[in-house]
Amino acid sequence: MTRSAEDSQASMPDSADPVSMTSGEQGSLRLVSRATHIKELALKNLFLLCAFVAVMGVVLIFAFVGLRGWPIFAEVGPIAFLGGADWSPTVGQYGIWPLIYGSLVVMSGALVIGTPLAVGTAIFLSEIATPRVRGIVRPAVELLAGIPSVIYGFFGLLILRPIVARLSDGLGFGAVTGWLILAIMIVPTIATLSEDALRSIPDGIREASYAMGATTWQTIYRVLVPAAKIGIIDAIILGMGRAIGETMAVLMVVGNAPHIPDSVTEPIATLTTQIVMDMPYAAGMHRTALFGMAIILFGVSMGLVALVRLLSKLQSSMDAGR
Amino acid sequence: MSTDTFSHLSQAADERPDKITVKDLSFHYGDFQALTDINVGISSKAVTAFIGPSGCGKSTFLRCFNRMNDLIPGTRVDGLVTLDDQDIYAPGVDPVDLRRRVGMIFQQPNPFPMSIYDNVAYGPRLHGVKRKAELDEIVERSLERANLWKEVKDILGRNGLSLSGGQQQRLCIARVLAVEPEVMLMDEPCSAIDPTSVQKIEDLMAELTDRITIIIVTHNMQQAARVSEYTAFFLQEVAGEPAVLVEFDRTTNIFTSPKDRRTEDYITGRFG
Ligand SMILES: Nc1ncnc2c1ncn2[C@@H]1O[C@H](COP(=O)(O)OP(=O)(O)O)[C@@H](O)[C@H]1O
Ligand SMILES: [Mg+2]
Repeated sequence: MTRSAEDSQASMPDSADPVSMTSGEQGSLRLVSRATHIKELALKNLFLLCAFVAVMGVVLIFAFVGLRGWPIFAEVGPIAFLGGADWSPTVGQYGIWPLIYGSLVVMSGALVIGTPLAVGTAIFLSEIATPRVRGIVRPAVELLAGIPSVIYGFFGLLILRPIVARLSDGLGFGAVTGWLILAIMIVPTIATLSEDALRSIPDGIREASYAMGATTWQTIYRVLVPAAKIGIIDAIILGMGRAIGETMAVLMVVGNAPHIPDSVTEPIATLTTQIVMDMPYAAGMHRTALFGMAIILFGVSMGLVALVRLLSKLQSSMDAGR
Repeated sequence: MSTDTFSHLSQAADERPDKITVKDLSFHYGDFQALTDINVGISSKAVTAFIGPSGCGKSTFLRCFNRMNDLIPGTRVDGLVTLDDQDIYAPGVDPVDLRRRVGMIFQQPNPFPMSIYDNVAYGPRLHGVKRKAELDEIVERSLERANLWKEVKDILGRNGLSLSGGQQQRLCIARVLAVEPEVMLMDEPCSAIDPTSVQKIEDLMAELTDRITIIIVTHNMQQAARVSEYTAFFLQEVAGEPAVLVEFDRTTNIFTSPKDRRTEDYITGRFG
């Protein structure tokens, strides 16, 4: 897209600029043909259209969700809606705090387990693995990202849940099983982005550290990880977004009870799972409440994207040396 | 010591004890042999310059002294390199400890993306210095010796990368000096920086030789003539064949009355 914009920019002045036009007549410079010019212009507008459709998609979804969900804030009130501990839509109780709580608990646990795993994988790939080993491991990690979440759900349901059940004397439906499955699911996001951040560090930095008498491990944790810090934090934030938005796999293993449980091995529900569970039959204010929950999810992901953008600004101003 | 092994190359090494000696060194990158049959003694507390056309193995040779070549897979060193009469390639020698004693400055300034203070404190911290007061003192002293203290004493918390190229190179020198090395290897340290900083670096090299042995690779012959006491001239005569040490002598001799025809040709700019 940028390439084509540059090309057309580079060639446009020739056709528009009268000076080069005359020199063209003198035979020293060839003019851009009319056909090329039109093609360039058409392509540029085509790409503009693509970008416009994408942006419109976001705007329309936001408007749709916003309009449908807004009344819950107006009629039930933000405090009763967000802070209410009772989710009983059939009797008019629309408190989603148990669901927010569920989303937070499931996401945090997944991050706590998944982040070290993913950052460790990134460090292995970028600093330790030989090119051959990396050539096998990296695609395998990327493949994890491509597995449909319903498959993760099956894996969680049939393999992880029974293990958790045995260890906890319960059924195995609950936050813990969600943590385990989500931890695996966020590894590819965090690992590949963190690896990119580590690999973008110039080799001169590594050489300098080794030449100072540092070991590989010291080089990694004293120089490389701090240098890639912002990129790694970005990766974790995006992993967070993945964890909080994940629906199907979580739905299959957390038990879907919309209340605050006594223990992490008891059934729990999240914002996303509750929307899926209720949407088929919800009507009236109940349905509005589900859209209200969607607004929250929308807001969270916008917040996370904003955070990432802020951090990369910080990074570039740091690179520029403040 | 053992000057007789290369007395045909120099009468230079007889005045000071040698800090480093090299006997019959050959170096391979996989199947490619980059250096052959190098014999040389590096005088203690002096500046020795390595000169020669680009690609003749100066950097390769320099990196043999702190075993940086160990980090490149498939490399091989044959022959003997000693530091204070101790074989640095002997089994059991810890390259990490060797590199503390033999510091290195690279062509491209490579400060860590952290504060100026943390850059200089990096080595001491690696080797276990924790006390703030002690670190403060090391940082100040090292920056002083690297001719940089005056410029940065009020901005120690700023990122090292925010400095100019020449300042960054002096920061790298301070970082090396902070661990009190016995030898400092400098691989074309001035080829990517501004003239003012070049001047400052040449000045500080002269001051450092009261304690430190310096080897500098340079393809600026004026620089070699200005800063060094001894000069070694390397040449790879045929592409694909290993380079050799053509001549090693006092710098004044190399630049005024070279013994080898090839040295003379290079010095007078007839090739290279
Ligand atoms: N990592 C490497 N792998 C293979 N060959 C190398 C490597 N580094 C340098 N060489 C080769 O070794 C020779 C000497 O290189 P170098 O020591 O960098 O020369 P100089 O520093 O004198 O310019 C060159 O022919 C170069 O191509
Ligand atoms: Mg070189």
